[in-house]
Amino acid sequence: MGWAIALHGGAGDIPYSLPPERRQPREEALRHCLQIGIKALNSKFTPLDVVELVVRELENIPHFNAGRGSVLTNKGTVEMEASIMDGKTMKCGAVSGLTTVVNAVSLARLVMENTPHIYLAFDGAEDFARQQGVETVDSSHFITPENIERLNQAKDANRVQIDYTQPIQNDTKNETEPPFANGDSQIGTVGCVAVDSNGNLASATSTGGLVNKMVGRIGDTPVIGAGTYANEFCAVSATGKGEAIIRGTVARDVAALMEFKGLSLKEAANIVVQERTPKGTVGLVAVSAAGEIAMPYNTTGMFRACATEDGYSEVAIWPDTKIE
Amino acid sequence: MVGWAIAVHGGAGVDPNLPPRRQEEAKQLLTHCLNLGISALSSNASAVDVVELVVRQLESNPLFNSGRGSALTAKGTVEMEASIMDGAKRRCGAVSGLSTVKNPVSLARLVMEKSPHSYLAFSGAEEFARQQGVEVENNEYFITPDNVGMLKLAKEANTIMFDYRIPIAGYEKCIGFESPVKMNGLPISIYAPETVGCVVVDSEGRCAAATSTGGLMNKMSGRIGDSPLIGAGTYACEVCGVSCTGEGEAIIRGTLAREVAAVMEYKGLRLQEAVDFVIKHRLDEGFAGLIAVSNKGEVAYGFNCNGMFRGCATEDGFMEVEIWE
Repeated sequence: MGWAIALHGGAGDIPYSLPPERRQPREEALRHCLQIGIKALNSKFTPLDVVELVVRELENIPHFNAGRGSVLTNKGTVEMEASIMDGKTMKCGAVSGLTTVVNAVSLARLVMENTPHIYLAFDGAEDFARQQGVETVDSSHFITPENIERLNQAKDANRVQIDYTQPIQNDTKNETEPPFANGDSQIGTVGCVAVDSNGNLASATSTGGLVNKMVGRIGDTPVIGAGTYANEFCAVSATGKGEAIIRGTVARDVAALMEFKGLSLKEAANIVVQERTPKGTVGLVAVSAAGEIAMPYNTTGMFRACATEDGYSEVAIWPDTKIE
Repeated sequence: MVGWAIAVHGGAGVDPNLPPRRQEEAKQLLTHCLNLGISALSSNASAVDVVELVVRQLESNPLFNSGRGSALTAKGTVEMEASIMDGAKRRCGAVSGLSTVKNPVSLARLVMEKSPHSYLAFSGAEEFARQQGVEVENNEYFITPDNVGMLKLAKEANTIMFDYRIPIAGYEKCIGFESPVKMNGLPISIYAPETVGCVVVDSEGRCAAATSTGGLMNKMSGRIGDSPLIGAGTYACEVCGVSCTGEGEAIIRGTLAREVAAVMEYKGLRLQEAVDFVIKHRLDEGFAGLIAVSNKGEVAYGFNCNGMFRGCATEDGFMEVEIWE
């Protein structure tokens, strides 16, 4: 078997009416990041290095909700989080509440490798970043005009986050119209999973969180077993409504179904997304030790891309239209 | 209708040289908390109310490492975290980085019930606490002289063994360290049992779990452990409720609490089998313990380290409070 890689730029109600000028840059970005991952795998980088590399690239692209381009808290600030996991050793690292670190996923990796801990957050994480000498910039670097606009719209609509215990109150006039005039999904995350030809797996996920979130809110992305997981069976990175992913322990469940019920990657991933989480809340990318890929989602769409060593590759947003 | 069941813990990993007086104090506190829970259950309180009630009691008592009596960060401050989960609908709430909130578990419950989120931390969590009007105290309230002393010893120990992953030979000859037992890189005598927790299944068969801690002695400021992470330190669903304690990193990596439920759901194991399986196979070189209840009214616990402060009781009159194997 050869290597396999899959990455995502967020699942959500990405409307089919997304105008070309908003769609094309994202497709291009997905293609670009996929190429980077493919090149690295062909150069025999480890899956752990590959997922970090690809997620760094996704973080640097302002079109996705991670690093630069992160959505804003209710105070108009940025609080970024990420996690990474090595399926071979089960070592993992996570960070939350970052405001100046250019690449959250790399700091998560440093937590994993250079501390006896797994998870550092807020001031402590920022201090650690300075100790480690990672690239930091003024917080304003991460803030984009689109996200300021999203925040304003969210505040106007007062529709910020969905309380997952309640059915969604549809107080908009048009149910199919997303809350934001620019047509972008307000939730998202980026992530990457990879497996090499020896079956070694790794996963990484990074995000700015939820638009208009309360300061200090932590989502699924840095929670091992929720947004990110990798072991000897598979590697998973999830995206969607954090609160649903946490209570569904989504990433861990895919692996658990494979391990305990002997399901295939596709079966396990589908069950978790279609049966164990509410519709409209979750998407994920996953690869297995055998080189399979699964990218299910129960939202309107998910920005995604994948490739295998035998030359197959795919970049897509919705179910029906594949770009290549 | 099932009989109710309840279990509480005050941490896994106990100094074999713990003075008898301390052992007695611990057992009394656990008994007291069990009785509180039993009383509430006999009055038909719901599982999630009972776990909160019992953990509040443990937090308010300086004996264990949560709330008052929390372990200290490297800076000598307290950063508390907790989580709670209601199995019936798998609702959950968690908090981290609290420095003034008297009862972290109650703030976690408010996050679950009064916020649109599941997890709040540090200044955002403290702000939410003030909005909600919960009881707060100065950071000093939570700091005990015992723990100030422990922190000093921990810092000394860490200068001798800076990489906890490398076993140090012969340190037991060092002055002050009588016990060769080690957890989280510290000699057990200064390690401090990490966490408190409670799991309950009520007479309607609903499960709930809650866990609360000050975390690891001498931890880096900002370090988050397993206790507030749903699936790691705490988990509850329709079939069971689980609360873990021990080496946080091992519990996170093993997604321990979720694991118990997963082998029950996906492999059909009964509660005790599931607990045994997880402790045996999911910890590698890590040390941890857990308590669990099932929707069938069963209670179970397991640990692979030197002792766990625990107590359990079921409606048919069974009650046990123990420390050692």
